[in-house]
Amino acid sequence: MSTATESKVRIQKEDFNVHDEIEVMKKPSRNIGGITTFLGTGRELNKGQNITELNFEHYPQMAEKKLADIRDKAIRDFGIIDMSIIHRIGYIDIGENIVLIIACGEHRQETFKACEWAIAELKRTTPIWKRETTSTGEVWVQATP
Amino acid sequence: MVTVKYFANLRQLAGKEEDRFDLEGEVTLEALTHMIGKTLPQIGEMVRQKKIMISINYDVMPLDTVVRDGDEIALLPPFSGGM
Repeated sequence: MSTATESKVRIQKEDFNVHDEIEVMKKPSRNIGGITTFLGTGRELNKGQNITELNFEHYPQMAEKKLADIRDKAIRDFGIIDMSIIHRIGYIDIGENIVLIIACGEHRQETFKACEWAIAELKRTTPIWKRETTSTGEVWVQATP
Repeated sequence: MVTVKYFANLRQLAGKEEDRFDLEGEVTLEALTHMIGKTLPQIGEMVRQKKIMISINYDVMPLDTVVRDGDEIALLPPFSGGM
């Protein structure tokens, strides 16, 4: 069963299905000619350390507000048709989905630009924090490029 | 009364998720962080070194902002969302 919903900005514990999320975004408009997606996933190695587990937490309400602001600005400034942003929280295994951004536009150029800007802006402005568990213990990641 | 929320490593340092403060007169965010620093000196030092952003009612604000009764203040360590 699809877990995709009509909500364009979500922070959730559950995994998402990339294909289903794209289909939801395609449905409302027949003018979409290009879709760019960014999918962030849990990687095993960071700064030479083997990561066994990731845990994300967020500041409820503020994080959703910032994601909504990013979506609004992306649509306004890049001239795309629509954007959705989904970020997972809680424990995430290596290889699992973390974040998905879908930018839909009439042409590819604006969707590439909007998608790249949106993930950079998410990392800069959205109160979400990552804790990595390695063989030497747990550490809150301060910031990642 | 205002609520102060701690997140991520700050919650671990504080040993709690939030604090409540009764404020008298005009109090800025900076003055409030001095009050926090009295019981949580490590966090006070991080504020002084500008390692923490502070939000009022979900917007990051400068330290000279005056806090109002009922505000929700959050101490925010550097974000690390995304992949």
